[in-house]
Amino acid sequence: MEQTNFQLKKQKSQSNDWSARLHHATRATREDWMGKGISYLCIGVIILVVASMLWFITSKGVATFTQNHVSLTKFLFGTNWAPDQGHIGALPMIVGSFAVTFAAAIVATPFAVGTAIFMTEISPNKGRKLLQPVIELLVGIPSVVYGFIGLAVVVPFMRHVVGGSGFGIISATFVLFVMVLPTITSMTVDSLRAVPRHFKEASLALGATRWQTVSRVILRSATPGILTAVIFGMARAFGEALAVQMVIGNAAIMPKNLISPASTLTSQLTTGIGDTIDGTLPNNALWSLALILLLMSLFFNALVRVIAKRGQLKHER
Amino acid sequence: MNAKRTDFLATVVINLIVATVVGILVFLLAYILISGLPHVSWSFLTGTTDAFSGAGGIGVQLFNSFYLLILTMLISVPISLGAGIYLAEYAKDNWRTSLIRSAIEVLSSLPSVVVGLFGFLLFVVKFKIGFSVISGAIALTFFNLPLLTRNIEESLSAVSRSQREAGLSLGLSKWKTEIGIILPVALPGIVTGIVLSAGRVFGEAAALIYTAGQSAPVTNFGDWNPMDPASPLNPFRPAETLAVHIWKVNTEGLANNAAQLSAAASAVLIIAVLLFNLGARLLGNFLYRRVTASK
Repeated sequence: MEQTNFQLKKQKSQSNDWSARLHHATRATREDWMGKGISYLCIGVIILVVASMLWFITSKGVATFTQNHVSLTKFLFGTNWAPDQGHIGALPMIVGSFAVTFAAAIVATPFAVGTAIFMTEISPNKGRKLLQPVIELLVGIPSVVYGFIGLAVVVPFMRHVVGGSGFGIISATFVLFVMVLPTITSMTVDSLRAVPRHFKEASLALGATRWQTVSRVILRSATPGILTAVIFGMARAFGEALAVQMVIGNAAIMPKNLISPASTLTSQLTTGIGDTIDGTLPNNALWSLALILLLMSLFFNALVRVIAKRGQLKHER
Repeated sequence: MNAKRTDFLATVVINLIVATVVGILVFLLAYILISGLPHVSWSFLTGTTDAFSGAGGIGVQLFNSFYLLILTMLISVPISLGAGIYLAEYAKDNWRTSLIRSAIEVLSSLPSVVVGLFGFLLFVVKFKIGFSVISGAIALTFFNLPLLTRNIEESLSAVSRSQREAGLSLGLSKWKTEIGIILPVALPGIVTGIVLSAGRVFGEAAALIYTAGQSAPVTNFGDWNPMDPASPLNPFRPAETLAVHIWKVNTEGLANNAAQLSAAASAVLIIAVLLFNLGARLLGNFLYRRVTASK
């Protein structure tokens, strides 16, 4: 039956115009068109989301300057934040955000690098069986839980040790330190593992101790990767909202020390955006803060790329 | 001798660092579970919340978290599957592809609060849908798409080239090859990625405060008609999730046992996330054994 069908078709096609058949799409081609269509559509959705996100937040964020005519320097360097009265100085939040980000990165990096060295050089076995799950669990804990523990443990501890209310940059630093630790550690581990084996072997063959090998060969050739890891950690710290908002005290004033209530861009956004009316100056000012967050996130992204490119050049040379 | 002593010292320091890191995790888990679990009871898990003080059970919030999670996954998995197939199969190595990749990278590095604000602006302010399940689910989709896409692309690309060639040499289309041959092989990795991202979505709060809202109206669990305003399935009602609830109780809550409440809720959240992580690994291993026929 099948054969006769086939023969019939063959005869038919021979009588038909060959060129017409050759110019028609086969089933497989049509399937491919459909598949291409579906996957192009999906990627198109993602591009659309990214583009509209950038567009909406930028256009909202610049409204403070174009509609309310606040000067950019006043916004960036003013220290008085009282949007209801028309004072839009965002410097306290900007300083707060950078302070907690740098502080968290500075505290977390030694811990992360130490843990990564342990996992790759000292005890890879324990690293895989014990530390890998530890890192994964730390990543998995939701940020509100970190915030809650910060509120329940870190803030009272700080109040007890250094006095004051306990809310402030130092409490936020503590919480963020634990939150960025797994990010930096796991990326550092990747970059340490990527160091060619013969580098290490050559160093050990020269009679170098393990620490000499690690500090002068492995860490040095993994530096671009470690920097990337730290920047990723900083990006996470800079954008973290709720955990920081819960422990920093949310006072939009210039932070004078590490133990008095302060605020960050994210904390101000979380507390403020629900209480303001769309289109008014207080609302636009908050969108400008969101724009700073967006630009910083793009900046961190670009920085990672630059480092990756430089690192590549070094290896090729 | 000096070099050896430095080596010894460095090893000691590194061991101390590792002990600290492990200690931090043990402390975190122990603190949450010990202070939270005693307050977890059946009535806590199923009870309703007092709208004013935030005290009471977390039944509605727990349901909301799962409902949002399922909706988010229903939207984001197909899109990221298509996008992942595009990147793994159709994308050529040119400037357009690298632009697309950077766009995905930008989306994944955006702070979740910015994603939430975008959702707020789009759905609550512009489209006037209000704080609702659907706004929250779409905001979470934005936040989930880049990670899931990258995971799916990586899983698909990891499948060996010979499998693709085998499919194509049988006269199958690229699409058929991808769906019928490559996808099943890559499935364990993809499923692990999906379940892990489910854990992340489950604990996310910053993107939800201004999209799914901060109130959990008591719903009628006997009413499963999604069009009914009182039905738990209605996608247009506000839906405070468990993670948002913890935040709310701690920052604005007036309940006098706020610490206990949030400890208990945190314990539930942590256990759920741990189950997701464990489930991801088990399911991935199981599927791997099934599709690869290895014991």
